[in-house]
Amino acid sequence: MSGTQVADPGKRVALAVLLGPFTALLALVFVVPVLVTIYLSFFSTVYEGTGFGTARTAFVGLRNFATALGDPAFLSGLGVIALYSAIFIPLALCLGLALALLLDSGLAWARQVSQTVLFLPHAVPGIIAALIWLYLYTPGLSPVLRALGSSGLEIELLGGSLLVPAIVNISLWSAVGYNMVIFYAALKAVPGELLEAAAIDGAGRVRTALMIKVPLIRGAVVTIGMFAVIGALQLFTEPMLLSQASPAIGSRFTPNMYVFDAAFTRNNYGLAAASALVLLVVCCALSYAVVRLTNRGARR
Amino acid sequence: MTTTMARPTGRTPSATGRRKPSPPGGRPRWSSPAVVNVLVLLAVLYCLGPLLWLLAASTKDTEALFAANLFSLDGFSFVENVRQLFAEGDGVYLRWYANSLLYAFVGGAAAALVSVAAGYVFDKLEFRGKKVLFGLVLVSVMVPPTVLALPMYLVASGLGAVDSVWAILVPVLFNPFGVYLARIFSQGYVPDAVVEAARVDGATPLRTFTSIGLPLMAPGYVTIFLFQLTAIWNNFMLPLVMLSDDSLYPVSLGLYTWNSQASITPLYYQLTIVGSLLALIPLVVAFLFLQRFWRSGLTAGSVKS
Repeated sequence: MSGTQVADPGKRVALAVLLGPFTALLALVFVVPVLVTIYLSFFSTVYEGTGFGTARTAFVGLRNFATALGDPAFLSGLGVIALYSAIFIPLALCLGLALALLLDSGLAWARQVSQTVLFLPHAVPGIIAALIWLYLYTPGLSPVLRALGSSGLEIELLGGSLLVPAIVNISLWSAVGYNMVIFYAALKAVPGELLEAAAIDGAGRVRTALMIKVPLIRGAVVTIGMFAVIGALQLFTEPMLLSQASPAIGSRFTPNMYVFDAAFTRNNYGLAAASALVLLVVCCALSYAVVRLTNRGARR
Repeated sequence: MTTTMARPTGRTPSATGRRKPSPPGGRPRWSSPAVVNVLVLLAVLYCLGPLLWLLAASTKDTEALFAANLFSLDGFSFVENVRQLFAEGDGVYLRWYANSLLYAFVGGAAAALVSVAAGYVFDKLEFRGKKVLFGLVLVSVMVPPTVLALPMYLVASGLGAVDSVWAILVPVLFNPFGVYLARIFSQGYVPDAVVEAARVDGATPLRTFTSIGLPLMAPGYVTIFLFQLTAIWNNFMLPLVMLSDDSLYPVSLGLYTWNSQASITPLYYQLTIVGSLLALIPLVVAFLFLQRFWRSGLTAGSVKS
């Protein structure tokens, strides 16, 4: 690599000009907020005397963490995420992979157009995707529900047991095309000789797809799986919007909504910071687990 | 990876007859061209359907919106709807639109420049603490931005920036994933030999970047710009946290507040639908015309990692 001399004034200028802005932003928008969160999580507002005495901020150790982890609302939010992830992650990976394999099979017509259309929902802002689907879930507005209703099938999507699947559907609509494009690109890099060898050995299209193509693009599958885990834990926009129309979605429906509610509705900064950190730890642990598990699968 | 083996064909009626792959001699039914194309077509319809509904619904007046036939021309009032949209709240929608354009284009262009410069430095220059700093970049990609919303609000409020355009424009400049991509693009587009030759010719590292590195990385710049543009246009939580003055709202937050009034005043259904449709246009246009840049970013970011 060029320019490795230590005392090179030209390089110092370049570092300051080119890397300075990013480093400053990293500090201002990431490092400082993380430190503030950690700091806040150890403090709480306490009231001196009985009733509404003078408010004072006091060090409370790990009490905020205990409060969050002992709060049924927070735990049920984690439960919602677990259910959501259990449906969303396998479907998002499998559908994306299946579509990529179908398009890569050489049998699909109009491949370019199909890819473009499948990817189009990803260009739709999350809030607008949620709006469109909310209206498609709203009795009276939705042509789908009307058609189902006229054939005698009444389903409720904004409450009851279909609520979480209905939210999954919104995320899926946005994610499937994106996943497909990435898997498809990875499939394009699979060496042709391997596929020819498989064909000569008598492997059919399905066998080739599942036994050769899929294992070869596991790197992409792991990456997308990790994004899916992180995305699932951040579930916020869709339920926030649906909550405007559905009494089944409270203001603390997901952990992220819980953090938001604690911070900006209840002004309990300590609790908000502590629950955000719990979420962060879960996020890191799960990402790590995804990587570890898939790596172990590879060695077998 | 056993999960990836499960074919998600359960949602498609045509796949109910699938069997174990390749019984000797017999051609498995579901790898025939017809089945493959039907499956792809179903997926295409699933992706396109909601957008077609939005388009059809935006042409209806409020009464026709709740009526049975979506595709009849009764109650066609697209022009009237748009007029109403622009008139609502003294043209507040146009204000939101202008805000979104400002946040997304100015913020996106500046963010991409910051990211490309940083990515180039991470690739081409050696300095103390580089590993630690790049490690921080990777960590910050992983941290959900929503985790940072409250502290960012507190920092902004400490700086007196809450409820100003800076509360949106400064945070969106920080794009660690863009830096990560830019480093990959720098490795791919800017040969080390060219940088070395420039150094031997006496160019300073800064000049090497501005006259050689940056032009070579132009396609990467466009990719990162597009990603950030979309991210900012989609941004919902940051403005929700930072802004209370509705004249500073981006479209996303504006539509959110309108939707909250729709169940009481059905007129807002119509405004939200038409407003959503118009808000999609810049993104869909950017997406359709600049597809190859999206693709290069997606694949660089995911396949090579």
